[in-house]
Parts: sequence; structure tokens; C-alpha cells
Amino acid sequence: MSANRLSRQLKNLRSGLAEHYRIITSNRLSAFGFWIIILFVVVAIFAPWIAPHEPWEMVYDRDGNFASLRPPSWQFPVGTTHLGYDLFSQLVLATRTTLLIGATSGLISIIIGANIGLVAGYYGGKIDEVLMRLTDILYGMPFLPFIIILISLFGRKLEFVILAIILIIWRTSARVIRAQTIAIKQRQFIAMAKARGCSDFRIIYRHILPNVLPLLLLYAAFNIAWSIITEASASFLGFGDGETISWGGMLYELWLSGKTRVAWWWFATPSICIVLLVTSLVFVSRAYEEVANPRLRKR
Amino acid sequence: MEILELDHLSRHFEIQPGFIDRVIRRHPMSYIKAVESLNVSIGNNEILGIAGESGCGKSTTCTMVSGLLEPTSGDIRYKGKSIIGLKGEELRQYRRSVQMIFQDPYESLNPRFRAADIVAEGPRALDLWDADEIDHRVIEILNAVGLPAHKYTERFPHELSGGERQRVGIASALVMEPEMIIADEPLSMLDVSIRAGILDLIKELQEERQFSSIYVSHDLSILGNVADRVLIMYLGQAMEIGPAKDVILNPRHPYTRALVGAVPIPDPRSRRAIPNIRGDISKPIDPPPGCRFAPRCPHADSSCQANFVELSTEDPNAHQAACHKLDIIADG
Repeated sequence: MSANRLSRQLKNLRSGLAEHYRIITSNRLSAFGFWIIILFVVVAIFAPWIAPHEPWEMVYDRDGNFASLRPPSWQFPVGTTHLGYDLFSQLVLATRTTLLIGATSGLISIIIGANIGLVAGYYGGKIDEVLMRLTDILYGMPFLPFIIILISLFGRKLEFVILAIILIIWRTSARVIRAQTIAIKQRQFIAMAKARGCSDFRIIYRHILPNVLPLLLLYAAFNIAWSIITEASASFLGFGDGETISWGGMLYELWLSGKTRVAWWWFATPSICIVLLVTSLVFVSRAYEEVANPRLRKR
Repeated sequence: MEILELDHLSRHFEIQPGFIDRVIRRHPMSYIKAVESLNVSIGNNEILGIAGESGCGKSTTCTMVSGLLEPTSGDIRYKGKSIIGLKGEELRQYRRSVQMIFQDPYESLNPRFRAADIVAEGPRALDLWDADEIDHRVIEILNAVGLPAHKYTERFPHELSGGERQRVGIASALVMEPEMIIADEPLSMLDVSIRAGILDLIKELQEERQFSSIYVSHDLSILGNVADRVLIMYLGQAMEIGPAKDVILNPRHPYTRALVGAVPIPDPRSRRAIPNIRGDISKPIDPPPGCRFAPRCPHADSSCQANFVELSTEDPNAHQAACHKLDIIADG
């Protein structure tokens, strides 16, 4: 009997995953975004094996000459920097950092935002008031001054960049999830769950949560995209972690080198990667937006 | 032994006037008196029918009895114990023994749950049995409400028809083995063609499983069919109570007379007297203290407008009407 139940749960999980796959691939743009994200994830996982050089290793061409500021060629697919670093290796290794920052801060911020939104929306009253005023205060907080203070207090560390992004980004998801929770809480199946004896905790996480899930996934994708952008901007301004390479950090080094006008390959590639990944996430979130908001669907 | 007693049960809803009205014009707070001073008792294995127009407080009474809404004043006693402010284990016990069947089967089933999970949710939430036992009982109850388990357990609500959904709703209430079922117009959202089936099911299950029940409907012919006793309500007040056949065949209160007179007779040639009432149903906002029906009643005088008659629960089987003018009406 319990094996039976396990197989049923597996079946539910499989049909759930199939459903998400169907949502994502139902639309050409989001399918494109989905495969781009998969590609970046694969690159990030296998980065150390893909990258031919260390990120800050001076490279030489076949003739033994120091390879400084080389445009893309067969040996250096995306060129080199003025200090002779291989940009392809930097790009590949930076994918890992960027995805790590994006995924952690995006996911943690959606977890915080969703819980605050669910609790505020479900209980209402004083709890709602306190949590939403907190959100309002964070809305008033500009990102860059905030991260400058945080970094100057704690130093340029990956953890603090992630922390700063999380602290800023959860606010929008909290508001949206709260609004949706308030709408769902009025529905009769919540009254029925209560009449059947479900606790508040059970109602929030078993009855309301699955019904805000499309919205939650939409904002998860948004949050990841925004984390990547904010990380890139922070790194570009020199507030990233100096020890790890990231796309924003590559642009920062380009800016410091003063070769912006000469080395087009140096700024083009990290920028393209940022744009491609963020747009892909937005495309995927678009597919969920159609589920969360059926009026957007094509007739 | 009375299983449930409602003792001067009232529920008022505040209507907040707009900000400007409140602060500048100093309008006082208005109240909708949805239920006012209701006295009823329900015996073991008895079905009490509650009838009345929309807005008469039937559903508010149901939500209060099922513990989803706190009364403004008065008391609800279940087996002699007040249920107001119950907490923890006692509340869980009460939730288990008093179950509700909801009006709208399209709204009351969680769209993300499969039928079996909807039915199993109550026992799981209250941790009544172990998982195998729950599975077993869910299958049993689905079969009992006429949904062969092998066909229906895996379905989502949107894959079910209205009647099938209501059967799932009934199963999810009955799986807890309650001692009391509150059915809030369980048929009103269903097609006429399947009402009889659901009605028979409820009657059959009641005989088989022996529970008391409050059955709300605005259809007197259904109540005459299922209920042992009938309570007639109008704008939050009880108008008449008594054995079902007695109330319907021999109504005493002027409102009940009008209500019974409005039941359609399936004979195009039959003509009957137009009920002797006037005006429209009034709003329950800040009503005057007397009988709510007085403005429409042909027999009303100043005493009707000053106060209203409360029903007593001393003799549960008595046929009582909440009216000052019963002797006059009986004569006329």
C-alpha cells in the first residue's frame, strides 16, 4: 500500500514536471529561453573543464609572443585583454559566478518574498500592516547606495553581494504574492479547508501556495534576472567580489584598462551574455505569466 | 438529548461609513443584523430544515455553527458545551464532529487537488488515522457517494460535473464520521435534473450513518421531503418553527403563509389567492427593534413594531410562530 502511494507521488511529480515543460515549450520564445538557460547551466557546471586557461593567466600565441589585446581568432575565440588574459576562459568561468549569484539570491529572495506575502495576505490586520510597511521602507531604499554601505562595512565579498541583492529584491514578490493570497483567501475552498479542520499553516502552504504557484514561478524568474543585472551593475562599479570573476567584473576591468574604444570584443561578449541570459529568463517568465494571467493568452 | 442548541444567537456586521461621512458628518456606524436572537435546538439524528429568502441569515447561521464565524452575541452549545472560543484539541474535536457541505461545488473544491486528496484532506489535517487507513476510508466513502473510486480518485475538480463535484463535497464531509452535518443549500447550484439524485443520496446516508443535520434551502418542497422540523427565517429573525409537515400544510405566521402560498403548483389551471402582503423585502441595515416582517404584514400594529416574539426551545417539537397576532390571524 505504501509502495502504491510512493508510486502515486512519483506519478504526480512526473505529471507536474511534464506540465511545466508543456507550459515552457508552448511558446516559441520561452522554449528558446529555456534552452539558452539550460546551455548556460551546462557551461557553468562544466566551466573548469571547458575553460582552456585560468582567468588571470597570461597567455601566449603559437609563435610564443605575449597575446595582448588580440581580437577573436581560432586560438582565442573571443580575444584577449591588454594584460593577455584569455577572455573565453574568463567568460566561461564567470558564467558560474553569475549563475550562482543569480540562482541563490533569486531563489532566496522569492522564498522570503513568498512567505512574507502569504503570511501578510492570509492573516491581514496588524501582521499585514507591519510586514507591508517594512516592504514600503525597502521600496524607498535605492540599491546602489545601499550596496555601497554594505560593502564598505563588510568588504568586497561574494556573500555580501548576494545578501545585498536579496535584501532589496524580495519586496516586489512579497507585494504581488500578498495581493494574490488575499484574492484566494476569499474563495470558498479555503472556508471548506478550515471547516475540515486544517490549521492556518496547512491552509497557507497546502491550499493557497499551489494556487499562487504560477505567479511564484513568474517572480522567481524575474528575481533571478534582476539579481543577475544588479550583480553585473555592482561588479561593474567595482563593488563585486575581486577574487571571483563575473561578467560585470570583466566589464569593470575593461573600464579600468581604458581600452573601451579599442577592444570591442572585450565589452561585446560579457554584455551579450548578460542580455541573453536575462532575456531568456524573462521569456520563460512570460510563459508563466500567461498561466497566471490567462487574459494575456492569444485567442 | 439535544445535540446542538442555539441560544439567543446573533451576528451583526458593521458597515463602515466612508471616511468623510465618519469624520466630518459624524455618521454613526451602521450594522447589518444578519441573525438576531435565534433560539433553536436540534435533537440527535434529527434533520432541521431552515428556509427563507436570500439574506435571511440562513448561511450566516451555518457558518457560525460550523465555527467559521464568531457570533456577535448569544451562544452555541454542542452537547451542552459552548463552542465559542474553543481552541486546540477541543476545536479539533468539534471540527471533526460537525462538518459542512457547501453550497457551491464549483467554488468549494480546491482546483489543485485531486478528488481523493480533497476527501482525504480533513482526516489528514486532523491526523485521524494512519495513511493506509485514510486511503482505505477515502475509497470506501467515494464508493458510498456513488463515485466508483477506480474511476474518480485521480480526477481534478475541473474534470468533474457539478453533481459529481457535490458528491465529492459530501464525501469529504462524511469521511470524518461527523455527528452533525450542516448542508448549506447543497442543491441550489445544481441542475434540476440531478437534484433528486443528490437529495436521495443525502437522505440515504443520513439513515445509514445516523447523524443530525441542519439542511438549508429556500425550496419548501425539498424541506418537506427531507426535514423532520422546519425553521422559517425572515431578515435574520425566526418566524416559525415546527414539525415539517405541520409548518408547510398548516402555516400560522403571516410570512410563512405567504411563503407557502408562493410554492408553484404544477397545474396551469389552478388559481389561488394572492398572498396578503405588501411592499418589498426591506434591507437588514439598522432595522427597527420590532418584528422584521411588520412593515409588510397586513395584521401589524404598534406592538409588532415595538418588539418581536422569540421562540423558546423548551419543547423542541412544538409548533410555534413568532407573532403577536396569532389569534386574529387564526380567526381571519
